[in-house]
Amino acid sequence: MSAVGAFLSRGGRHGAMFAARLAPGPRRALGLLAVWFVIAFAGPLLAPHAPGEIVDRDVFAGVSLHHWLGTDYLGRDLGSRLLWGVRYTVLICTLSTLLSCCCGIVLGIAATATSVWVERVLGRLMDGLLSIPSLLFALLVIAAAGESIPALILTMGVIYMPGSYRTSRALALRIARADYVTAALARGEGRAFVILREILPNMTGPLLSDIGLRFVYAVLLLSNLSFLGLGVQPPLVDLGSLVRENVLGLAYGAPAVVVPTLVLALLTVGINLALDGRRP
Amino acid sequence: MTNLISVRGLRVTGRRADGGDVPIVRDVSLEARQGEVLALVGESGSGKTTIALALMGHARAGCGISGGEIEVAGHRVDRLDAAGLRAFRGRTISYVAQNAGSAFNPALTLHRQVIEPALTHWVLPRREAERRAVELFRAMALPHPETIGARYPHQLSGGQLQRLMAAMALITEPEVVVFDEPTTALDVTTQIEVLEAFRAVLAHRGITGVYVTHDLAVVAQVADRAVVLRHGAVCESDATAMVLERPRTAYARQLVEACHLPVRPARPAAAPADGAAAEPVLTVSDVIVGYGRVDARGLPARRILDGIDLSVPQGRILGIIGESGCGKSTLARTIAGLQPPAAGTLRFRGDILAGGVGHRTPEQRRRLQIVAQNADLVLNPAWTVGAILERVLEFFHGLRGVAARAEALRLLDLVHLPHALFDRRPMELSGGQKQRVNFARALAARPDLVLCDEITAALDPVVAAAILELMSELQATLGLSCVFITHDLHALRAVCDRVAVLLGGHVVEQCEAASLMDGAHHPYTQLLVSSVPEMRAGWLDEVAARRRATTPGPVPPAADGGCPFTPRCGLRVEGVCDRVPPPIINSPDGQRIACHLPPDELPVLPRT
Ligand code: SF4
Repeated sequence: MSAVGAFLSRGGRHGAMFAARLAPGPRRALGLLAVWFVIAFAGPLLAPHAPGEIVDRDVFAGVSLHHWLGTDYLGRDLGSRLLWGVRYTVLICTLSTLLSCCCGIVLGIAATATSVWVERVLGRLMDGLLSIPSLLFALLVIAAAGESIPALILTMGVIYMPGSYRTSRALALRIARADYVTAALARGEGRAFVILREILPNMTGPLLSDIGLRFVYAVLLLSNLSFLGLGVQPPLVDLGSLVRENVLGLAYGAPAVVVPTLVLALLTVGINLALDGRRP
Repeated sequence: MTNLISVRGLRVTGRRADGGDVPIVRDVSLEARQGEVLALVGESGSGKTTIALALMGHARAGCGISGGEIEVAGHRVDRLDAAGLRAFRGRTISYVAQNAGSAFNPALTLHRQVIEPALTHWVLPRREAERRAVELFRAMALPHPETIGARYPHQLSGGQLQRLMAAMALITEPEVVVFDEPTTALDVTTQIEVLEAFRAVLAHRGITGVYVTHDLAVVAQVADRAVVLRHGAVCESDATAMVLERPRTAYARQLVEACHLPVRPARPAAAPADGAAAEPVLTVSDVIVGYGRVDARGLPARRILDGIDLSVPQGRILGIIGESGCGKSTLARTIAGLQPPAAGTLRFRGDILAGGVGHRTPEQRRRLQIVAQNADLVLNPAWTVGAILERVLEFFHGLRGVAARAEALRLLDLVHLPHALFDRRPMELSGGQKQRVNFARALAARPDLVLCDEITAALDPVVAAAILELMSELQATLGLSCVFITHDLHALRAVCDRVAVLLGGHVVEQCEAASLMDGAHHPYTQLLVSSVPEMRAGWLDEVAARRRATTPGPVPPAADGGCPFTPRCGLRVEGVCDRVPPPIINSPDGQRIACHLPPDELPVLPRT
């Protein structure tokens, strides 16, 4: 993040200073995300078992010393699978969020900074996309293109782009009218300078909140898809597919279905609360 | 007689984000007798509004009344519960806010809103309330008192709304009315009418007033007692005349002095060194700016500026004065190239200046700099002060690194700011400091002409005085030429050499600043000059009496092409002024007046 910060505000010079200037909401959310990233990267390395390894005859076992979180419907170690699941959920959602927000922000700023026609065409296009129910759209694309992780990332990226476009366009529009932008234009500054140095630095705070929120949406959509069997495919796992495959365990109150659900809630609600500015 | 308002040891505290308490008002005691008007005077942040709100038992979100006794008309306000406060507010005490324009609901007629307090408090039946409202409209000298209530807020002017709001405050016949800067947002000519209406109504009904303001000249007109506040504590409290004439504390003295800005001495136009006639830095000729449908000659139907002719001589400051809506900001934008004119030419040092900033040469952009009104909006909040200055230095002069830094620090010296501000961001600076940075940024380009648009409008008087002083100083040391746009006559006289008076998009008069206060002038100039409150009691009565003597008759139907002052002019020539554009009369001392009256019939201002 610090690299982005340094790029966005050379005036700020250091990423640390940039982070210190952020509102507490986005700052806490960034911190929380960093923790999830550590889990996503390091978790599977620490997992005691391979995700597909059947370690116990006992299915839907409860918490024990060998299997901290019990076993799943095939007698696999749930703790290990969970760590892998977090990795896929976090990574897929991060990539798709980055994709949607990068495109959305670039297009949003382009809409304000270029001609009226660009804005009109983009606006209609985005409104059209926005009017398609996201789950339906995802089902359609995946049914047509087949289930693969790149397809998932791309689909979710497209689904969340219009929202990001709208937010950044509204922000850029407001800032572009500010007197300091007028002052820069009166000085004769080029368009690129005005966008990168005058407008963008003042958008970062609200934009980061927006990105965080979109990440949460992405997690929920991916879990939905996986729960329906269209998301991440076995032998890979994500949080949604963990819930689905162990849903029978609900009758036994098995940790195999409760724990992934809780982790999912922790991930989404946590980031949401952090962004809201309340203490998580 | 007992006190109607008495406050003892009032404390109001705010809560910071980290949970700590900040005192906003500390140990304030004040009192006012029945029928008196008490003025709370202070700069922004002095706690004057907080105290006024506390009298009504209200504290802004995040703040709370944490100590002291507040007694208003026999009620212990600090002990009232929610229901008690509801009955108390609007009934015993009422409030007139600064901006009536945003205090009224635009979707309801004024009548409904004005009588609402009387109905909610069950004071009067509807019919009675309506009758009283009309009575109050009449007392407030509003036009068409019987029918004005049927209108909507957007149909009336700011001054009229302010008086309607006072009528609303008075409809329940409260014992105390709190006025919170009610005339600050108004033009001086309107302010007089509003002040007079307020004062007459208060005196007539024996209502006790609390008047919050930062303007000592207004205090002199309306208040019996004045309390000077600073940093949330009472600095001085006495009869108005005592505070204004013999302030005891240093701070009160400073405030009084800020109202008496020194007038810039008349300076002969700089003699050209080489004997040739000095060429003006900037010439604006026949400039028309407007919007709406465009006619055959390419001229817009609605004009904001219409046929502006001005020039700024080398090394001099041209002041442009006018009330809100006269087109002065548009003029600034036009000169800066942000609003291209529909017709007319701008010349900068003899060369044509393109209408749009994008078509001007970099050299022209460098030499013409603008310092805008609101330093909060003009400085990018994401940049440090140093970066803001260095960018301009790099852009225009190619300075980088150490050289840029050294030059930026020199600029900070020039505007008397400490070097420590170099790494700060605009948010961390005070209003006056921001305006200085704003100045430094303009100077960084090493301009010939600086365009100052209302640079003191958002500042407290003491800070504004310092900025004006800085401006005069810089102008003198750097030999700059300036255009100084303002609505404040004091500021104008403190810095300008020459003055142009703008009204309805026309320049109605140009003259030397030194002669602005005496001699013959355009009737509008005369109105403007005589409307600026003076800091002595009794001034309002004199002006009001004089105004009544020369009230213009009914307004003739608006016609195109006449003098923009016709509806308000007491000297107008019927049938001529409203039809024929006034000729420009040039007098030998450089005065230019656009009026139909012969020079010897123009109003003459008394020398002050
Ligand atoms: S031209 Fe007529 S209306 Fe205008 S100021 Fe002169 S006398 Fe008054």
